[in-house]
Amino acid sequence: MNVQPDNKAMKRDFDIVGKRTPRPDGIDKVTGRARFGADMSMPGMLWGLVLRSPHAHAKIKRIDTSKAEKLNGVHAIVTSKDFGPCDDSLLDIRENVMAREKALYDGHAVAAVAAVSRSVARQALKLIKVDYQVLPHVTDVDEAMKPDAPVINDKLFTKGLDKTPKKPSNIAERFEFGHGEVEKGFKEADLVIERTFRTEATHQGYIEPHACVASMGADGRGEMWVCTQGHFMVRNTCAGLLGIDVSNLRVTASEIGGGFGGKTTVFIEPVALALSLKANRPVKMVMSREEVLRASGPTSSSSIDVKIGMKKDGTITAGDATLRYQGGAFPGSAVPYGAMACFAPYDLKNVRAIGWDVIANRPKQAAYRAPGAPMGAYAIESVIDELCRELKLDPIDVRLKNASSDGSKASYGPNFGVIGLKATLEAAKNHPHWKAKLGKNQGRGVACGFWFNFGGETSVSLNVNVDGTVGLSVGTPDIGGSRASIGNMAAEELGIPHDKVRCIIADTASLGYNDVTDGSRVTFASGMAAIQAARDAIGKLCERAAKIWGIPVDAVVWEKGHARPASPNAGKHEPLSLADIAAQAGATGGPIAGHCEINAEGAGVSFATHMVDSEVDPETGHVKILRYTVFQDAGKAVHPSYVEGQFQGGAVQGIGWALNEEYIYSKDGRLQNPGFLDYRIPVCSDLPMIDTVIVEVPNPGHPYGVRGVGETSIVPPLAAISNSVSDAAKVRMTRLPMSPPNVLKALGRI
Amino acid sequence: MEYFAPASTKEAVKLLGTAKGKVHVMAGGTDLLVRMKGGYTEPDAIVDIKRIAALRKIVRAGKGWRIGAAVSAAEMGEDKALKKAWPGVVEAANLIGSTQVQGRATIAGNLCNASPAADSVPAMAAVGAKAVIAGAKGTRKVAVEKLVKGPGKTTLKKSEFVESIELPEKKKRMGDAYLRFIPRTEMDIAVVGVGICLTLDAKGKCMAARVALGAVGPTVIISAKAAKALVGTTVDDAALDALARACAAEAKPIDDKRGTKEFRKHIAGVLARRAAIIARDRAKENS
Repeated sequence: MNVQPDNKAMKRDFDIVGKRTPRPDGIDKVTGRARFGADMSMPGMLWGLVLRSPHAHAKIKRIDTSKAEKLNGVHAIVTSKDFGPCDDSLLDIRENVMAREKALYDGHAVAAVAAVSRSVARQALKLIKVDYQVLPHVTDVDEAMKPDAPVINDKLFTKGLDKTPKKPSNIAERFEFGHGEVEKGFKEADLVIERTFRTEATHQGYIEPHACVASMGADGRGEMWVCTQGHFMVRNTCAGLLGIDVSNLRVTASEIGGGFGGKTTVFIEPVALALSLKANRPVKMVMSREEVLRASGPTSSSSIDVKIGMKKDGTITAGDATLRYQGGAFPGSAVPYGAMACFAPYDLKNVRAIGWDVIANRPKQAAYRAPGAPMGAYAIESVIDELCRELKLDPIDVRLKNASSDGSKASYGPNFGVIGLKATLEAAKNHPHWKAKLGKNQGRGVACGFWFNFGGETSVSLNVNVDGTVGLSVGTPDIGGSRASIGNMAAEELGIPHDKVRCIIADTASLGYNDVTDGSRVTFASGMAAIQAARDAIGKLCERAAKIWGIPVDAVVWEKGHARPASPNAGKHEPLSLADIAAQAGATGGPIAGHCEINAEGAGVSFATHMVDSEVDPETGHVKILRYTVFQDAGKAVHPSYVEGQFQGGAVQGIGWALNEEYIYSKDGRLQNPGFLDYRIPVCSDLPMIDTVIVEVPNPGHPYGVRGVGETSIVPPLAAISNSVSDAAKVRMTRLPMSPPNVLKALGRI
Repeated sequence: MEYFAPASTKEAVKLLGTAKGKVHVMAGGTDLLVRMKGGYTEPDAIVDIKRIAALRKIVRAGKGWRIGAAVSAAEMGEDKALKKAWPGVVEAANLIGSTQVQGRATIAGNLCNASPAADSVPAMAAVGAKAVIAGAKGTRKVAVEKLVKGPGKTTLKKSEFVESIELPEKKKRMGDAYLRFIPRTEMDIAVVGVGICLTLDAKGKCMAARVALGAVGPTVIISAKAAKALVGTTVDDAALDALARACAAEAKPIDDKRGTKEFRKHIAGVLARRAAIIARDRAKENS
């Protein structure tokens, strides 16, 4: 059941929602008490390590584990042979966690060892002999699409074409979105600009590497402790890969040191479980940073053509884009999302976006915060910026003129509901940042961004305790402050202080299925479920009050944390607080709890406008970000500090992506920079304070008006920063990252 | 693996001579421990020199300075007199890694790690620093730029280790500076590093100069041509242009993940120019 839009609720004054309450996990995290993935140990535990392919593409002719098996202290070795038949939907995951006939990328797992210590496991890895036949490889998206490119998967025939081709290729699928006639639109334009852009693959850069402990008992029942964005996903996937009943695998999510989408799938988890199954001992696995970069799930690299036509008055007459994303060695890059999202901020008569999903000899891409959208937005917003510059138009006014608004037809098909894009543009236009003076070699850029947001399967349990406190169990790992937000919404609904509610992430045996924490869904969906569970509990609290008073339940109302007689006709009874009723629960019918199981619908889309000032050193190509302001629609900011944190985090990751982060492959297809020294995420001293402006256009699909905020914030930065650098350098940038060598080259200095 | 923490140089030399297999000397450990954790090296023995009291001190050696091999970069930064005398060297040491790393990292370790990109090495080479090497046959001194043979390789023999770094006397109208280029603002590794030390005469004319280029060759490059561009000039724009050209020409970088050849050559010139201005101004202040 979904909570119906409640306009009164959205306009009401909140007691707790909107307040900056202390973060419930703060003390644990600053004192080191919080238990992350690698903090768990079990009696008799072994250490698992993975042997990885040094080749970008190679046939695995033979794996000889005999010597390693004989090494003292080795308890189990697994290869692809230990992963038997599974459902078709899991085949790619099965092959990604352990290579089968071929190693498909540098870092692809080929075998794993469980031993009494890490050093023994490391020695054992050296004793495993793998006989490879090295094959031609391809890592570049445009190269991979060429007819003469090495074919990575000879069973891959391009989907989405009028006729399925007879020859296999690296092109997995073609997508197309849009409406109207773009050619006709271009004829109406006063200026048409066409450009090609390139972006490099980046990594989410979460500080905590993947880590887990798996323990499979002799009775066939298993437990796992995992750093993940979705322990129900881990349970179902691991159970499916190893043929275990779902009920026989209980997964607990650890505290998580960042995910950003990268922990929405499995890598080492099924391997640890397979090792444990074979060794009959608990097995712990912790990825090194090098393994994280080589063999988890970075983003796609992309190559994008954009053509946009504009009238002298700023009206966009047509937009056309072709996006090519390589998503690693398996189909499923985020290109459809990129193609759907790239023109979404604009209400266009003629629009088309074509997406090509391409495979290459790189690790299988995983979600990264608004997967696929930042690259598309980068290309489109860059061309719009250039059109504005050429036609001497104000870039905010032009965006306002063309902006999508309530009811307008989205470039990807549906009509928008209530949306806040124009409100973010107005806020940007009226902000002092927009009028601030710039110095020499400095520039300013703006860009807009869109993300869909998601609801999904959600199950929540709310227990009223004997002392009037409330335990709230949710099944969505907290990667951005959701425990505080969800707890506060439950407290708001119950009418009790926020610190009377404790929100925890329950294990997979304690709740119904929950989708992973993704799609900016948790504060929206788990929050909605918590509100619903609180209402369920309120119903029961009122029943108990009715019983105590000896009046019908419909004569009881719940107000400000108390049951009260609905009217004087119901008799004179002193209001009963939640704590009063809870204290008598045993005598009035037993425990009081509220539940909610939903497939949450009504997630409101979110838009943002970003504004950036930068300075370019014309002698070195070094770019400094001077000032940054985020304007984003949050619907209703349940906990403004966390909302601001999401805005800032997206902007900072965008700065890294725009300026220095990139996967660098050498000619032999090996990753050259698998470490944080040469994979450069921004450090604090690289950044100004990121200013934030929270715009609130309530989402009618949520009882409090909440929209997801986690992902939209990474959509505009690439474009906003590129527009700013282009302004500062007086030359149009069309390639990311804008690292010093690339900027200097664009400036013609080298 | 065996771990030794000798209390004297003599004991350390003996241990290095007798230990079997792969033996590593450890000062701050900021390179060694990271490499061990990453599985890139598996020593059979580690000789930790931090317990040798004499190596934990900065002392005057005649009119110059002796910096013990176990003195951390942070400790150098706290030594006001040293900082006043050779700000370029101290600043270079305080660019290594991060604030936390500088609490343990040493310039002797930075030198012996033999990375082409070591920050303190061009700065030390520019001022004419010498490494004091302890060994079975007593001590010997060698110019820092002579200690490194190539990436990861030194001229140290078995049982030898660098006991301290000696910096010369800072004379009047001398100034030094070190600048490096990194894509970020800290916690990074030099794409190019330039150390410059110059001496002016009373009229502000450059009498002597040493220019050391880092990260643009397998070892630090001491460029006589670059020095020549400065000597006899007032380090004016024309001289600086000549210096930049000479440095770009003398740099012998490779294309790699940190930058292209052409980029590094260009940056060598830009940094040399900027470093020379700082060194010149410091020399003037020191008159």
